Amino acid sequence: METDTITAISTPMGEGAIAIVRLSGPEAVSISARLFQGKDLNEVQSHTMHYGKIIDPETGEMAEEVMVSVMRAPKTFTREDIVEINCHGGLVSVNRVLEIILASGARLAEPGEFTKRAFLNGRIDLSQAEAVMDLIRAKTDRAMNVALKQMDGRLSRLIQNLRQQLLETLAHVEVNIDYPEYDDVEEMSHEMMNEKTKAVLEEINRILDTARQGKILREGLGTAIIGRPNVGKSSLMNALVHENKAIVTEVPGTTRDVIEEYVNVRGVPLRLIDTAGIRETEDIVERIGVERSRQVLKEADLILYVLNYGDEFNEDDEQLLEAIQDMNVIVIINKTDLDQKLDIERLKKLAGEHPVVTTALIKEEGIDQLEEAIAGTFFEGDLDAGDMTYVSNVRHVQLLKQAKQALEDARNGMEMGVPLDVVQIDVTRTWEILGEIIGDTVHDSLIDQLFSQFCLGK
Amino acid sequence: MTYDAGHYDVIVVGAGHAGVEAGLAAARRGAKTLMLSLNLDLVAFMPCNPSIGGPAKGIVVREVDALGGAMGKVIDKTHIQMRLLNTRKGPAVRALRAQADKPLYIKEMKRVLESQENLTMKQAMVEKVLVEDDQVKGVVTETKAAYYAPTVIITTGTFMRGRVIIGDLSYESGPNNQRSTVTLSEQLEELGIEMVRFKTGTPMRVNSRTIDYSKTEIQPGEEEPRSFSYETTEFITDQIPCWLTYTNEETHRIINENLGLSAMYSGAIKGTGPRYCPSIEDKIVRFNDKPRHQVFLEPEGRDTEEVYVQGMSTSMPESVQYEMMRTVPGLENAEIMRSGYAIEYDSVVPTQLWPTLELKKISGLFTAGQLNGTSGYEEAAGQGLMAGINAAAKALDLDPLVLDRSQGYIGVMIDDLVTKGTNEPYRLLTSRAEFRLMLRHDNADLRLTEIGYQHGLIPEDRYERFQEKKRLIEEEKKRLDKVILKETEEVQAVIEEAGGSALKDAIRAIDLLKRPEMKYEHIERVTPSDVSLPADVKEQVEIQIKYAGYIKKAVEQIDRMKKMETKKIPENIDYDAINGLATEARDRLKKVRPLSVGQASRVSGVNPADVSILLVYIEQGNIARVSGE
Repeated sequence: METDTITAISTPMGEGAIAIVRLSGPEAVSISARLFQGKDLNEVQSHTMHYGKIIDPETGEMAEEVMVSVMRAPKTFTREDIVEINCHGGLVSVNRVLEIILASGARLAEPGEFTKRAFLNGRIDLSQAEAVMDLIRAKTDRAMNVALKQMDGRLSRLIQNLRQQLLETLAHVEVNIDYPEYDDVEEMSHEMMNEKTKAVLEEINRILDTARQGKILREGLGTAIIGRPNVGKSSLMNALVHENKAIVTEVPGTTRDVIEEYVNVRGVPLRLIDTAGIRETEDIVERIGVERSRQVLKEADLILYVLNYGDEFNEDDEQLLEAIQDMNVIVIINKTDLDQKLDIERLKKLAGEHPVVTTALIKEEGIDQLEEAIAGTFFEGDLDAGDMTYVSNVRHVQLLKQAKQALEDARNGMEMGVPLDVVQIDVTRTWEILGEIIGDTVHDSLIDQLFSQFCLGK
Repeated sequence: MTYDAGHYDVIVVGAGHAGVEAGLAAARRGAKTLMLSLNLDLVAFMPCNPSIGGPAKGIVVREVDALGGAMGKVIDKTHIQMRLLNTRKGPAVRALRAQADKPLYIKEMKRVLESQENLTMKQAMVEKVLVEDDQVKGVVTETKAAYYAPTVIITTGTFMRGRVIIGDLSYESGPNNQRSTVTLSEQLEELGIEMVRFKTGTPMRVNSRTIDYSKTEIQPGEEEPRSFSYETTEFITDQIPCWLTYTNEETHRIINENLGLSAMYSGAIKGTGPRYCPSIEDKIVRFNDKPRHQVFLEPEGRDTEEVYVQGMSTSMPESVQYEMMRTVPGLENAEIMRSGYAIEYDSVVPTQLWPTLELKKISGLFTAGQLNGTSGYEEAAGQGLMAGINAAAKALDLDPLVLDRSQGYIGVMIDDLVTKGTNEPYRLLTSRAEFRLMLRHDNADLRLTEIGYQHGLIPEDRYERFQEKKRLIEEEKKRLDKVILKETEEVQAVIEEAGGSALKDAIRAIDLLKRPEMKYEHIERVTPSDVSLPADVKEQVEIQIKYAGYIKKAVEQIDRMKKMETKKIPENIDYDAINGLATEARDRLKKVRPLSVGQASRVSGVNPADVSILLVYIEQGNIARVSGE
């Protein structure tokens, strides 16, 4: 019997009405119970299903509304405790749930591992062993292809670069150990090690930050266009859609028939939310009510707030602006072709840090500035889309997090005054984990490095 | 025609560092053992550097000692200098190194061999191994003596088709102008054993009276009594220093100008040399930006003037050796007593061996030491010991012994050799061990004495002393776990002296010791033990408590590894019958024939999916057997 708990998304990748995250192993139930708001899953009967919410323990926020099935050993597929979490379809929510589970102590399953466990625990008939082996091979090959495809060439180079930095540091420590009289190199000190690992840690953190952005790139930046009636919201949308290549997709099966439009603005994919609503009624707030619109606004990654240059700034505007103050907002003053009635100074004061752009959409003026502002919001001004490296594969993110943890262990050890050759254990681990991301786990390269970096011998 | 010269359980061919440990271990296990050496005056001869130990290697010497071997005890009696290396680093990488008195080492080892029960020594050149139906039967010497035994251990080092090269001079020879052995190597090839050509080298030896030591830096030994063996009670404190000098640009110019004459660069040498032991010409070619290289002058003994010029291993013609050496400060007028030379030799591709060091192809035939592609006296001794233990086991139907990677550097080395093989002479490095923190020089006895005792290698009285040591360590750890230290003036004073911050509350002694600045000697002052504890017990208590967190992590890793090691692969497995194995993995597995899934996972070219598939296939077999019963 295996001792660890594994998890994976067990429905096919892509759009579906629901997606299932499966856990198997001794801690399947207890891990799920910790994340689940609803009944105490530790107490529920086997083979029952429960409604509730998955809460991210780090932020306390709800990640997803789910139905959870609890099935206890031995009458399960793997003959271990199994929990299946039914999420809404779509990659975002199911990946989010998977990430939370991984952060809570489960390990990402290897390709075919559920089936392998089922077999090893005697669940699958002997005659199927052959099929199990084929499945492992096929799934591994496919997973490797997918992972390789998902890995940007830049990411791979970045990881290789980090590994090389670590390898040189490791070799330096090793040469001090194995050749204590070798005088050509300064003895590695805690300060030097601190510096080297700090640089690598910062880089890992930076790559992990891009995971969020990578996700946005995949899913699109949820964008809501809001404003009072007749300010030019649909002109704005049309402008964005016409300026850029739009992909219109029907998303059936959700509560309303919403048409989402994807547009690519200077490399930033926008998913325009509730655009159908805008088209139909010109006013999202009016159509679905203030409460619901707040909900929509909350889900948005970016809000385009449109105002009329030829109209006064009123109380409604002020309230709305206040409500979205903490979010990503771009204020657009449209219709500059009209006579000015808007108090721009007051607006700018209320808008605070948020960028303010002026347009005359009907004359196609100011669209460039708007697009620049959108790109700037996403890339935070200091990143050029061309230089970004994105990590998106869940496995890669998971391994990066493990690498980060190992490196932090190393740094904690240093702070405690642990000798470097012991700290080395955690640094080596970091190097190995990073190697798993790019599929390079050959241990001998440290020894190769040692002899190419230093002139050793008797 | 041969004559029947006698019957034995184990025959050891060769009496170098592998051979002597093999013979001693086999005899100690109770096997009637014959050891055949080319020259009985040169048993355990050191053909290269006059030193034993160092990082990783020194730990092997202690492991050999904990399993009843001789190397540690003999060097303890015959060294001219001993030092503990890496004292400012963590406990895992500390190691002893001794400068040896070469002639004395031979003399003492010969005494040990001659006094070993069950062991017969003879001088002879073995011409061939007797093999019938892939089963070894004995050996035949060139004088036509046929010795019979069910197991034979070959430990012929660099003698297999050995060829010495000095510049453009080259001749068939083992080290130190001893005869090389040609027929044995040819016969192994005929038997289908794959051989590979390796190369190593040694520097010149110079006359001490012609060295101007005033131009060099002294490298003294340590006064502190130290020993490799856990059993040594008498220490040599009268230490002889080594000396340090450097090459310079002039040396490098001469070498560069004469590169074409070096056997290494003229194409005369075909064998692969070790990267960690390059010749001086290699160093200058590969690291041409280095302005100087270290040269250590190491005496070869107390009663000899010969000095080993460490750092100048070379295959240059003698005239160039003189020219370059005399540019080095202190060696301007040095007289060479023996020239440096390169030596090429045949070695066995070690993936053809089981982890017991028995050849897969020929039952009862074992190989150990440099013949298996390693280099170094310690590596040889470790393998010799294991081959001796296992050959005796085979002959007498006792338990074999295979150490795993968590039990010792010996285990790491043999697993590396038989699982991955090596494409250059293999040397142990601490970084080869994934559980370095567990494979310390201070705990080799704690790791291995019990195993040695169970395999009949450790006498009763030593085992009792070991048990007592273990008991003292455990009791002292328990005691410190119970003692609560209050924030008294006395305690605070000791902490302050150690450089720590004062206690705010009472603390358990064990937790105070975990602080980085605290040592056992500090704790002992505020809460002394009732019994007087030996220094090595105190050291253990301190290390085990201080590194408990890391040790625990390592133990968990080891447990995971062991789970895979216990999943055995049937010897008759048919890799061609397993669908889904990648072609490369299948080829490698067929060649290495790993004994466990754990070992299979370390074979290069075998990826995790292949391991899963293998696991499923094996389980399928197990299930089939169970349901068939």
